[in-house]
Order: sequence, then structure tokens, then C-alpha cells
Amino acid sequence: MSDLRKISSNPHIRSRSTISGIMAAVVIALMPATGFGIWHFGPRALMLIAISIASTVGTEFLYGLLMKKTTVGDLSAVVTGLLLALNLPVSVPWWIPVLGGVFAILVVKMLFGGLGQNFMNPALAARCFLLISFPALMTDFSYDGISGATPLAALKAGESVNVMDMILGHTAGTIGETSMVALAVGACFLLLCGVIDLKIPGSYIVTFLLFEAIFGGHGFDPAYLAAQLSGGGLMLGAFFMATDYVTRPITSGGQYLFGIFLGLMTGIFRIFGPGAEGVSYAIILGNLLVPLMEKVTWPKAFGKGGKRHEK
Amino acid sequence: MNKAGERLWNGLVKENPTFVLMLGMCPTLAVTTSAVNGLGMGMTTLVVLALSNLMISAMRKIIPNSVRIPAFIVIIASFVTIVQLLLEAYLDSLNDALGVYIPLIVVNCIILGRAESYAYSNPPIPSLFDGIGMGLGFTVALTCIGGVRELLGAGELFGRRVMPESFTPIGIFVLAPGAFFVLAGLSALQNVAKAAGAKKGKDVSKIGSGCSEDCLNCGQKGCSRRLVEFGAQDPEKASAQTLGETDAKSSGKAEPQTVRGTDIRSLGKVDSNILEKADQSDVQEIPDIQILDWTSTAKEKKK
Repeated sequence: MSDLRKISSNPHIRSRSTISGIMAAVVIALMPATGFGIWHFGPRALMLIAISIASTVGTEFLYGLLMKKTTVGDLSAVVTGLLLALNLPVSVPWWIPVLGGVFAILVVKMLFGGLGQNFMNPALAARCFLLISFPALMTDFSYDGISGATPLAALKAGESVNVMDMILGHTAGTIGETSMVALAVGACFLLLCGVIDLKIPGSYIVTFLLFEAIFGGHGFDPAYLAAQLSGGGLMLGAFFMATDYVTRPITSGGQYLFGIFLGLMTGIFRIFGPGAEGVSYAIILGNLLVPLMEKVTWPKAFGKGGKRHEK
Repeated sequence: MNKAGERLWNGLVKENPTFVLMLGMCPTLAVTTSAVNGLGMGMTTLVVLALSNLMISAMRKIIPNSVRIPAFIVIIASFVTIVQLLLEAYLDSLNDALGVYIPLIVVNCIILGRAESYAYSNPPIPSLFDGIGMGLGFTVALTCIGGVRELLGAGELFGRRVMPESFTPIGIFVLAPGAFFVLAGLSALQNVAKAAGAKKGKDVSKIGSGCSEDCLNCGQKGCSRRLVEFGAQDPEKASAQTLGETDAKSSGKAEPQTVRGTDIRSLGKVDSNILEKADQSDVQEIPDIQILDWTSTAKEKKK
């Protein structure tokens, strides 16, 4: 309590939550998905996750040494590394997470001024960087010697998929995205902790489902909608990456707008795009539009706006 | 011929069109997918730039000021057409690789910029070397960007494999985003190099070109056009400068009302006085700008 009682300039109301506390909560919330990924894909997934985190934290540490400023302690690099690894297929070579980690921290985050200044989610930017650079490696979802298409690709090709497997996570995909149940457990933890709220994920998912129902060609078919919802990175993106404090709008209205935009873009990419997945591109596109969304939803201060009083 | 050397150095290093002036970004980002393409684009631009600078400078006294931009465009477009026909005849593969960016050299802002800021107000020979220097700077920059992109994006340099077999090409570098990464990285590198040079005591901040829009630091003689535009474009700044000068001369007896009217001729006089002073002392001193306190002078007058 004593360190909260200070004679100082404003702001006078201070929150007890710290950056490292929030980041630790996100890491804990990602644990179920991480654990399931390691169990499902084997020890290679653990190795990739470890390499990715080491890469991001190491880059942040070295850059901090160069700039004589230590920012490793806020755990944000750990979250970035973990999210990056969860977005990689298990079959990628070891240097992919290294390259992605360096790109995420150095180019996307640190060169723009560090945490709080990055205009784009570092983990997703790194994933898109890798996806554009190495399309063959990044879309090779084979595991256990089975080279299978992701359920979303199968769905797009018109094949039938086992929705129950998709919800539980026994499918091909990136390390962290397959199990909807594990992700939902983590998301509930974050919601209960108050780290995130339902504004962005809720509007994102509702808009996406409506879009899929209208333009997906299957109408309101529950099995199809459930498959779209649980397949791909939608849950991971909606709850863990679109809600990133730095790259989401800070106004309440802006957050709804952001969610709706993401839902529309994801739907467009999935239905009309050449690929089966579109969550990561949708989110980084949304990140770029955040300043505009904040501008149109900026609340008026008391006494501002309205008609001028004529004398 | 010292002037010619200075122009070349200026175009290559001091005011490199790509890394310092950030001009001509469209071809820079679009055609530098390989070192050969960058080199080809740079050389083509160099030829057009040098010849159009020479021609515009030679014709600068007969081109009326009001239609100078259309006149520049006509001259540049003629040279671009000649170069394009030559490329089609003798270097067809390069012509195919550069595609639409060859005709687009007509509207390249480096060429138009040098015509406007240098060739139109300077004699032909320095203008020719200004064009060659700028063209060389552009060529070097494009070749460097193209080389790095080709090296990382394809593992090759000038079409030859240089990276080890185990290197997987990073595909993004031959796409448009890679161009931005490489351009930003190389610009940052040259800034670091120049900052290191400045620390050692070399003054790299003084820009030695014909026009840097920085008239106070500019020692260029015979640049009458700029003085007129200076007065017309930015009367407040100009009057502040003149005020400062007259104030220093007549020690506070300046009459603000008459000077404030920004008489262009008097501006030219005062400014050339500054320039002569600067030339004499060999060091370009910036005259102190004093903003007159209008109310106090008025009160003093009343007294």
C-alpha cells in the first residue's frame, strides 16, 4: 500500500496490474493449448516452442544491451515467442522460429520503439513474414508421418470433416490452434482474470459466423459453422492475438468495430480467398486500421462538441 | 573542373537521391528484384538524367518561367523515347525486365527535381555533372538494393548462385515488402556511417547543392531565382530575416511597416549582402534572427 501513496502529479488513480502480471496471465492461459499441442504433436513441438521463446527473449535481451535498457522482465517477449510457436506447423525446420523470433522482436517491435509502440502484433507479423517467405514449409501440416490437409482445407475442397475431432483437436494444423477446448479453457481464465473482455472476440466471432452463414454456401448448417469456428486459428486469434493491448483500439466502440472488421475480413479470406485460412492476415490488416477506428469512435470530452451557444 | 567533381560527390554521397533525398521511390521499389535489373534501371535513368539536365540548362534562358514544367517534361520525354528505342533495339531482355518503368522515367521525380532545382538555374557543364552524379548515386543505390534482395530472396548475385546450397531463399525479399525492408535497412546503414563521420569531425551536415531550400546556409552565388521565390513563397520568414539584418545594421532604427511589405528587390539586395559576407569570411555564419518587439519600438517612437 505504501508505494501507492505518493505525492505526485496525475494520474492519481493507479491500477495494481503490471505488464509482467498481465503477460504472465496470458502465458498461463496459453498453457492448456501448449500442453495439448506438445501431447498431440510430440516432443518436436516442445523443441520448437523452446527455440521460439529463446529467440524472442534473446533478441529482446541483446537489443536491450545495445540500447542500455532492460525490458526482458516484462515477459512480453515470452508471450510473443509462445504465440509465434503456437502458430507454426510442427514440421518446420528449427531455424524458422529463430528467424521469426528475431523478425518479430527486432523489426516489428523494437525498431518502432518497443512494447507499446508496435503498430502490429509481433507474433502475427512474424508468422505472415514466414508464410510469405516460405509458403511450402509453412503450409506443410504433416505430422506422425501423415501428410494430411488441415480440416479447413478439406472443408473448402468440399470434403466432409469430423467436427468432434476438430473441437477436441485431433487434427492437422499449427501447434497451438487445433484444440478448441484447450483454447477455450485458457480464454475463460483470461476472461475471469479480467485481462480481456468479450468485446473484440465476441463481435469477431458473431460477425464471422453471420458472414459464413450468409456467404458460405451452406446456410445455417450447424455442423459447417462449428467446423469453421473450431478449424484454423480463429479461436487462438480471436482470444489471444486480436485482444493484444498494444494493437487493439482503446475505445470501446473502436473495439466492437475492430471485431466486426476482423470477422468480415476473415470470412472474405476464407470463402473468397485462394487459401483456406485468413485469421492472421485479417488481424494484421485490422491492426493497421486501428488508428482510424479510434479516430471515428473517440468519445467527446465534457463540454466539447454540440452547438455553440449564440449570444 | 573542381565544380564537376563536387557535383559527382554530391550526387553519389551527400545527396544520394535514394538514400538521402528519398526521391524516385517507385522504380526503386518496383524493379530492384535483382542486381541486374537495378543496374539497368539506374544506367537508363543516368543517361536520361545527364542529357536532360544538359539540355534544360542550355535552354534555361529561353524557357519562360511560367511554362517550365511542361517544357522540362517535353525534353525529358524525348530522351526517354530515344533511350527506350535504343533498349528495344540492342538490349531487349533488359527492356522486357523493366517493362513499363522505362516510359515512366518521364515522370521520375529525380529527373524533374534536378531540372527544377539545379539545371534550370546553373550553367550546362555543372548541370551535366550534376545529372551524372545523381544518376550514379541512383545506380549505386538501385544495384545495392537489388543485390541484397537477390542475395536474400534467391541466394544469387547477378544471376550466379553465391549462397551455400543449404540456404533456403527468403521469398519475401523478392516481393514488394522486401523492397521496403532493404531500402530502410540500407538507408539506416548510410545514416549510421554519416553519423560516425560527423563524430570524427567531418562536417557532413552542410549541404553543398544548388538549392537545399536552406537559403541562410547557402553560399551559392547568382541564384537570383531562388531569392525571388523565397520572398514570394514565405514572406513571414523572409521578412523576419530581413528585419534581423536591417535591425543589426541600423541598431534598432528599423521601420517595420516598410520592411514588412516584403519588397522583393530589397530582399534580394539584403540577401546578397549576407552571401557576400559569408564568402569573405569563408565561414557561413548565420545572422542572428531577431524578432522585433513591435510594441516597444512603437513606444520608443512615441517618446
